[in-house]
Amino acid sequence: MAEVIWGLATSHVPSIGAAMDNHKTEDAYWKPLFDGYAPARAWMAEHTPDVAIIVYNDHANAIDLAMMPTFAIGTADEYQVADEGWGPRNVPVVKGAPELSRHLLGSLVDDGFDMTVCQELEVDHGLTVPLSVYCPEPGDEWPCAVVPLLVNVIQYPQPTAARCLALGEALGKAIRSFPENIKVAVFGTGGMSHQLAGARAGLINEDFDRMFLKAIETDPESLAALSREDYVREAGSEGIEMIMWLIMRGALGSEISRVHDTYHVPASNTAAALALFENVAAKTTA
Amino acid sequence: MPAPTTPKVPGTYIFDVADNGRAYALNRMLGSFKDPRNREMFSADEAAYCDAYKLNPEQKEAILQRDWNRMLDLGGSIFYVFKLAVMDKKSMQDLGGIFTGMTTEEFVAALKAGGRHFG
Repeated sequence: MAEVIWGLATSHVPSIGAAMDNHKTEDAYWKPLFDGYAPARAWMAEHTPDVAIIVYNDHANAIDLAMMPTFAIGTADEYQVADEGWGPRNVPVVKGAPELSRHLLGSLVDDGFDMTVCQELEVDHGLTVPLSVYCPEPGDEWPCAVVPLLVNVIQYPQPTAARCLALGEALGKAIRSFPENIKVAVFGTGGMSHQLAGARAGLINEDFDRMFLKAIETDPESLAALSREDYVREAGSEGIEMIMWLIMRGALGSEISRVHDTYHVPASNTAAALALFENVAAKTTA
Repeated sequence: MPAPTTPKVPGTYIFDVADNGRAYALNRMLGSFKDPRNREMFSADEAAYCDAYKLNPEQKEAILQRDWNRMLDLGGSIFYVFKLAVMDKKSMQDLGGIFTGMTTEEFVAALKAGGRHFG
């Protein structure tokens, strides 16, 4: 049976990808962030998954305002890298895992999560930057297949944090019931606190971020109990992306250990973090 | 029971379905810039491009004048507005300065100092 071996929470700020693409990771501005990633990258390189399920949001690229699915899943053989308005990132095409996608879809719908199905999907920085955080130099192809799982975080009403945690729990169950012996990693992306527009543009709330970074491991229910208004007020209009971390957290289950985390301000207009958790339950059954 | 309403948070745009409705043409046009041919067509004749996407006079004026705050006030989504900013070679830090009445340098410095804090 398939198992979730680890979960990675990471910001997906486009400039983090641009810093890698343009070889600026040793610049004074970016070096502290990338130095913070190093222990997690080294550990992940020793614990490679067959498939990564990447929970993210599209940013006006594959999904436009004509139709805005609250939750969606990609079921394609491959996903092209989007031109977001300044040319596509020069990274490999993203290979899908359609059999796993179809299995997850069936299981989630049976459990009451009525996912939108994407048979064609261009993936933007929300998905490719976290892949680069995991694997900075993929060469000609990424080291694992990918199942994209999309969440509407840009148009109110977004799903509640509680619903995201519940989706994660159903996702974990769905992964564990897949009959092939494959290793799966789950990525929760976005955050941390940031607000791009309005008079509060440039907002950073380190106290809230630090609380969230701790509670995502020890007390995700407390984070699921926060309202959308709480997230926007405390973490900014785009900080609500952090609800996507709860999907990753729900999929991991209760027996986890923290491998590494790092927190840095700023990555352009954003507080950026990474947190990596090992599924201890999967380790003992392997 | 009344329908749930979008929260109000001071100094913050919370883009919602009502904004989507009133700014649909504006955001649709801005979203079209993901296609390089559309970027070229817009640059060749901005006003005609706005007309082709049926922008109303307020929306068109905000675009032609690059009135970034007004684009947001009219219901523009920052992820759509940003595509025009990039065509103008503006960064999210440039926009941050404009939204907060700072120079780009001041805005970048505020972020480097740990960001802006509220309440």
